[in-house]
Amino acid sequence: MHIIESGNVAAASGVQLSGAQVIAAYPITPQTPLTEKLSELVDAGELNAQYIPVESEHSAMSVCIAASSAGTRAFTATSANGLLYMNEQLHWAAGARLPIVMCVVNRGIGAPWTVWNDHQDAMSQRDTGWIQLFCCDHQQIIDTVIQAFRLAETVRIPVMVCYDGYILSHTYMPFDIPESAAAGRFLPEFAPDWALDPACPANLNTVTLPDIRPNVRGETAPGYMEIRQNLHDDMRRAIDVVADTDAEFAQVFGRGGNPFIEPYRCEDAEYVAVAMGSLSYQLRDVIDVLRQEGLAIGVAGLRLYRPFPNRAVAEALSGKKGVIVFEKAVSYGYEGPLYADIKAALYDCAQRPAVHNYILGLGGREIKTDDLFDSLRTSCGADAPEAREPAFVGLKI
Amino acid sequence: MRDDITKIRWHGRGGQGAITAAKIVANAAFSSGYGGVVMAPTFGTERRGAPVLTSLKISKHKIYDLSPIAEPDIVIVLDHLLVEEVDVASGLRPGGLIIINTPRPPEAFAFADMKVATADVTTLAGKAGLPTGIVNTGIIGAFARAGDLLDMDTLAEAIESEFAGKSPEKNIAAARATYEHTLVGETDEKRQQ
Repeated sequence: MHIIESGNVAAASGVQLSGAQVIAAYPITPQTPLTEKLSELVDAGELNAQYIPVESEHSAMSVCIAASSAGTRAFTATSANGLLYMNEQLHWAAGARLPIVMCVVNRGIGAPWTVWNDHQDAMSQRDTGWIQLFCCDHQQIIDTVIQAFRLAETVRIPVMVCYDGYILSHTYMPFDIPESAAAGRFLPEFAPDWALDPACPANLNTVTLPDIRPNVRGETAPGYMEIRQNLHDDMRRAIDVVADTDAEFAQVFGRGGNPFIEPYRCEDAEYVAVAMGSLSYQLRDVIDVLRQEGLAIGVAGLRLYRPFPNRAVAEALSGKKGVIVFEKAVSYGYEGPLYADIKAALYDCAQRPAVHNYILGLGGREIKTDDLFDSLRTSCGADAPEAREPAFVGLKI
Repeated sequence: MRDDITKIRWHGRGGQGAITAAKIVANAAFSSGYGGVVMAPTFGTERRGAPVLTSLKISKHKIYDLSPIAEPDIVIVLDHLLVEEVDVASGLRPGGLIIINTPRPPEAFAFADMKVATADVTTLAGKAGLPTGIVNTGIIGAFARAGDLLDMDTLAEAIESEFAGKSPEKNIAAARATYEHTLVGETDEKRQQ
């Protein structure tokens, strides 16, 4: 059934269809309508979950950690400084291998205060050990939330579903709400292979010495470093699981097919723009005009940021004349974080494209179509200047 | 850029319900076969009474650009006093349509090369039984009359769904009464002929 609603309602509908059992959240703009909707669904008996209002985001994630450790399907959502306030617990959730799902409604970070969109919040949590997926429209939001639970529970790694604050969270557009029965077939009940159980007490994640040691049963248990390598290896393996999850979702619902990169007019393109989230869709109309002008250009929307699908990126971009990375985040003192990752993924390519970096839309600065045209025209063609530093686009002074 | 998209910019005041009005039109458009419908409120630090903007884009095809409308085809103004506070015609194409809730006739507004439609929605909605100042459903009637995009019955159905369980009758009556009483002016050029 298609409805016209906001991105936040799309996310809430995805959580409802996923049968989340514990929801703990603290409201923050622009995430607030999502948690309000979930609390309404729980209150109306339309979602059989415990909604636990908490006094902070740190506590929200702590409750999710406890709930997930006890073997229940846990969900939270936040934005910007709320996400940063969770930071310690984010590392904990991933280290403890808890399949929590969280929507990050992307917003710029203070100081100075902003409530508007960019990607600095999610990008700053890149190395917490969470899987990070980005959405371009409301259909992807609801579909990705449902997939995220299955993905998280398959690999036992928590998942962030990221979508643009306001641009997606507060915009209304049509999307299809999957049938509940089909969602249930795709995402069976959470059945963890271990969980806290008073009948069988256990210590979880206690102090782990630098060296390996025997556990209580006398078996050799991994030390801290082995546990870290396991998380890293499982993150790398999760790339394949993301693809499998997408393929199985497509079988049930007929949507998907581009788990890592969503290409638009890239097949015969000499130049490819790269972006994450709604910006990659906004670029499509720009690409159409540039194509009419005779420029062989396409746009690739990156859906999975961590684990980084470096092979898929290399395959998609190798041999192109130029790659233009647009992003709404900065690694202060270096360059755009996505730009650095894209360049690294292309290092082994026989034919390395020139890679350009544009930083834009920070703190909700409007991304003007004209600016996108200017940036792409500057970076395409034989006389394109060699990119050395990221260029900030849309500055007014 | 794409020429298959009708772009409607709504000017209202915080709390006036411009978002709900745009959402009703979005639903009516979608149910009429416009598969691409995007309604994007422009958020600032709104408070009640402050000027606010909402962008509504309508197309037969999926819309990928969610940015605010800079060059609208139609502008809808829920409070005529906004005309003096905000450049409501900003970016409007020549021959574009401005629909205004006002007791004054279209000729009272001087927008070069624009078509102006007016209706006293505030009075008509009051007569339909809505509380004073509720104009967001009434103005939809003026859009049906002047906009040439969606018919009144389809819009009335969308109002009914939006207010399902919350007595939609008065809202529909306000829209229908406004539809009957909307005055559609000519562009300056045609008036001079």
